[in-house]
Amino acid sequence: MDLKGARTGHGSVGLESDDLLRMYRCMLLARKVDERSWILNRQGKAAFVISCQGQEAAQVGTAYNLRPGHDYVYPYYRDSGITLLLGQTARGQFLSLLGKKEDPNSAGRQMPGHYSSRELNIVTASAPVGVQYPQATGSALAFKMRGEDGVVLACGGEASTSGGDCHEAMNFAGIHDLPVVFLIENNAYAISVPEKMQVAGSIYKRAEGYGFPGVEVDGNDVLAVYEAARDAFERARRGEGPTLIEARTYRMTAHSSDDDDRRYREREEIEGWRQKDPIIRFEKYLEEAGLLDDESKEEIAASIKDEVDEASEYAEQAPYADPEEAVERVYAEG
Amino acid sequence: MSEKSYREALREAMEQEMERDESVLLMGEDIGVYGGTHLITDGLIDKFGPHRIMDTPIAEGGFTGAAVGMAMMGLKPVVEMMTWNFSFLAADQIIQNAAKVRYFSGGQVEVPLVIRGPNGGGVQLSAQHTHSLENMYGHFPGLKVVSPVTPYDVKGMMTTAIRDPNPVIFLEAGALYGTKGEVPDDDYTVPFGKARVAREGDDVTLISYGRQVNLCMRVADKLEEEDDVSAEVIDVRSIRPLDEETIIESVKKTHRAVAVQEQWRYFGVASEVAAIIQDKAFDYLDAPVMRVSGAEVPAPYARNLEVAAFPSEEMVADAARRALYMEVKG
Ligand SMILES: Cc1ncc(C[n+]2csc(CCOP(=O)(O)OP(=O)(O)O)c2C)c(N)n1
Ligand SMILES: [Mg+2]
Repeated sequence: MDLKGARTGHGSVGLESDDLLRMYRCMLLARKVDERSWILNRQGKAAFVISCQGQEAAQVGTAYNLRPGHDYVYPYYRDSGITLLLGQTARGQFLSLLGKKEDPNSAGRQMPGHYSSRELNIVTASAPVGVQYPQATGSALAFKMRGEDGVVLACGGEASTSGGDCHEAMNFAGIHDLPVVFLIENNAYAISVPEKMQVAGSIYKRAEGYGFPGVEVDGNDVLAVYEAARDAFERARRGEGPTLIEARTYRMTAHSSDDDDRRYREREEIEGWRQKDPIIRFEKYLEEAGLLDDESKEEIAASIKDEVDEASEYAEQAPYADPEEAVERVYAEG
Repeated sequence: MSEKSYREALREAMEQEMERDESVLLMGEDIGVYGGTHLITDGLIDKFGPHRIMDTPIAEGGFTGAAVGMAMMGLKPVVEMMTWNFSFLAADQIIQNAAKVRYFSGGQVEVPLVIRGPNGGGVQLSAQHTHSLENMYGHFPGLKVVSPVTPYDVKGMMTTAIRDPNPVIFLEAGALYGTKGEVPDDDYTVPFGKARVAREGDDVTLISYGRQVNLCMRVADKLEEEDDVSAEVIDVRSIRPLDEETIIESVKKTHRAVAVQEQWRYFGVASEVAAIIQDKAFDYLDAPVMRVSGAEVPAPYARNLEVAAFPSEEMVADAARRALYMEVKG
């Protein structure tokens, strides 16, 4: 596999040490919120969990190029790393997980993992996969028609490219040179189905046929992802059109809390990928660059633990919506 | 005869038909090594191999279209929708094509296709995983639509579906895969177009299908205990063709009817049932036909909101009481 940008130096991609530590903290926060979510599930408090674990670098590396509240993002159900970076909170994630009244995404109406924020331009995801891509091209066209420099980021797993919507969107984006970045987080599985039964040929190479660039990147190397995404965002802002990024990564948990992945993959395979955990790899980089030591690592870990504790406790205490509210918010007034 | 779950009965029907007829094959997402996300096809790949138990990419329109093409060649694909909600992505293949090929070929070409999967809600997966599509698919000539609720019926109706030369929409009670009942070990068929009287009664007829039949059975018990009312319960089970006769016969006996459905009130199966009753048994009615339906919202996620959005025992019992001009309690 020819992976672009293994161990890109941060100086060469224009990131300061503050940026790196922010990225690191966000990746770790996403991981810890996720781990706590599984505990809440096992305790019988959360009905359904769907994870970001293993994909934090692909998410944060890409999203670091977004201007919150200006650009648009269509995240998919694993993208808590993206939404946390944009400004959603651990508290909000748990409120959503537990379906509480204060759930910032849907007020308890939609499943966890379906992020939504008008303020942050985070568009609620469809549970049927792949639907986001055509919508993203429409948002990109709106930016273009208004002469604004906004960019739209549309994300999905590798299996979300199998349906017609993905093709239709890329064709449309290519015809109109739309400012959209397609991020495919290729984590090797669609529930039980491995990539070789899902993807003919290669995803990123399909971009060439639509007339725009496609790049493959090591999705567990946050700086390599950042660099590939930066090029894509800059291209979009210059009005030159879309880019397809295929980030190669691995789903470190079962598909969801409803799944038993022992039915279809070996434990050794997962162990192998644990060695390539994007958070561990980034820690090593930061240590070698002199930006992180044992002490600062512990400090960050402790502050994240406090944040996660506070957030999950708050969410557990928070009330559910009154059942009568179920019928509200269907139609807009007017 | 032995006790089997709804899931096992369903699997057994497909397995026996695959043994009987080499042209039968299964297609869908995660149905192979995984055995299906609801474990309906568990173990079948070991027996029949990946050519007859075929994992597909996530492309409902694509693999349903492929199945239509296979069926026109004489194969008998049974396509799994991981849930019926994803069939909207294949709606053009199903409604515009599978349903019309026979007619538009002047009767030359058959499409012996079964599309199956869990339908309806109640398992806290929110609106995009919760539709009940009896009324939608029941609308289209060219399709047959069934919605069995017992393990006995699901096996017999799946066997009928696979042997039928037409496209069959097979809507399973997704929340009830684990429920058990007596099921014959050998193959047998349950004909389409024939309703089942699930419980006999004299005072009021409760008419439903799928998961709501069990709700009606509980309500019938409740009415007997609390109100000394004898309710008859009809499980429609075949939506298209619809057995009008069994419904009419029952209403002629009880003079009162309540139609119960999980989906929304407007343009639903219950509306159709009410229309048929007023058409064919108007003079026998002692009260308007009542309907009980889901709340007019997309199904919400939070458990308490979800429960509030579905028909409850109280709602059905009160509808029956209203039909009987009794005091309502809810
Ligand atoms: C159209 C559609 N069909 C089926 C499903 C059920 N489903 C949910 S997630 C999933 C796997 C998606 O795999 P991928 O796109 O690779 O994303 P990953 O979960 O691996 O991150 C499937 C089959 C769905 N959500 N939408
Ligand atoms: Mg995947």
